[in-house]
Amino acid sequence: MPDLDAVDRRLVARLQGGFPICERPYAEAAADLGIDEGELIVRLGRLLEARVLTRFGPMYQVERLGGAFVLAALAVPEECYDAVAEAVNARPEVAHNYRREHALNMWFVLATETPEGIPAAIGKIEAAIGLPVFAFPKEREYFVEMKLEARV
Amino acid sequence: MRDAIDRAIVIATQRGLPLVPRPYHALAADLEITADELMARLQAMVDSGVIRRIGAVPNHYAIGWTANGMTVWDVPDDRVDGLGSRVGALDFVTHCYRRPRALPAWPYNLFAMVHGASREEVHDKAEAIRSLLGEDCRGSDILFSSRILKKTGLRIGA
Repeated sequence: MPDLDAVDRRLVARLQGGFPICERPYAEAAADLGIDEGELIVRLGRLLEARVLTRFGPMYQVERLGGAFVLAALAVPEECYDAVAEAVNARPEVAHNYRREHALNMWFVLATETPEGIPAAIGKIEAAIGLPVFAFPKEREYFVEMKLEARV
Repeated sequence: MRDAIDRAIVIATQRGLPLVPRPYHALAADLEITADELMARLQAMVDSGVIRRIGAVPNHYAIGWTANGMTVWDVPDDRVDGLGSRVGALDFVTHCYRRPRALPAWPYNLFAMVHGASREEVHDKAEAIRSLLGEDCRGSDILFSSRILKKTGLRIGA
């Protein structure tokens, strides 16, 4: 695990949202963190490189763009787990994929530009791997707020 | 999608913002629109909720949240909305949804994501959810993640 200093931790805690839309947004955000623009840009590049951050930018809500976002799962035999993960991850519609400890041991999110893209992507995945995909579309969203402070 | 320019903006920014002092100007130049138009369109997307937020997406393992449990619950269909709102309001639940069951293998209709620095912490938080659900909880499970296989986010126009 990469070492984070106090400034990195502040950055992770405070910069998960609210990045300004203005001519010099890094300068503005840096001032709130007590550093300068150049240092913020270097730190962000370093944290992205080290995979402490997976992305820095707008988080789009694909349903509001007319698209769809669906959680799906597979029960993958252990002996072919890596090959199935590779085939699933190769689809651009797969936004995230996690190994989980359960008979359904691979859980991924499909994000597509149109609602019809979801069954199409599921069909391609099933054809590629020969296993049935269980789809768990959200029927109702009660809460979403993914902002976690660094605990290291 | 409002129009072709918004779509081009989504495609140009879904991987992230350029790490340069004037990122919106750089993007606008690539898209052949003015920086003012780009910023106005981004602001409109924030205001309408198309953009949930602009900022850093941490790898939660790398920042110390090493236990990630998808807690799942079987609660009565006629009670799930009220219960889901209350579970979602717990300060440690980061996502909470109602989803369809897949019987017989999957009886759960309420999903609540819980993060912790240890599995014990996630178990404690799941117990708090169980207490809240009381007799409406007919079954539950916690699916811990053991590996991130992919975490790129949205990729349209691929």
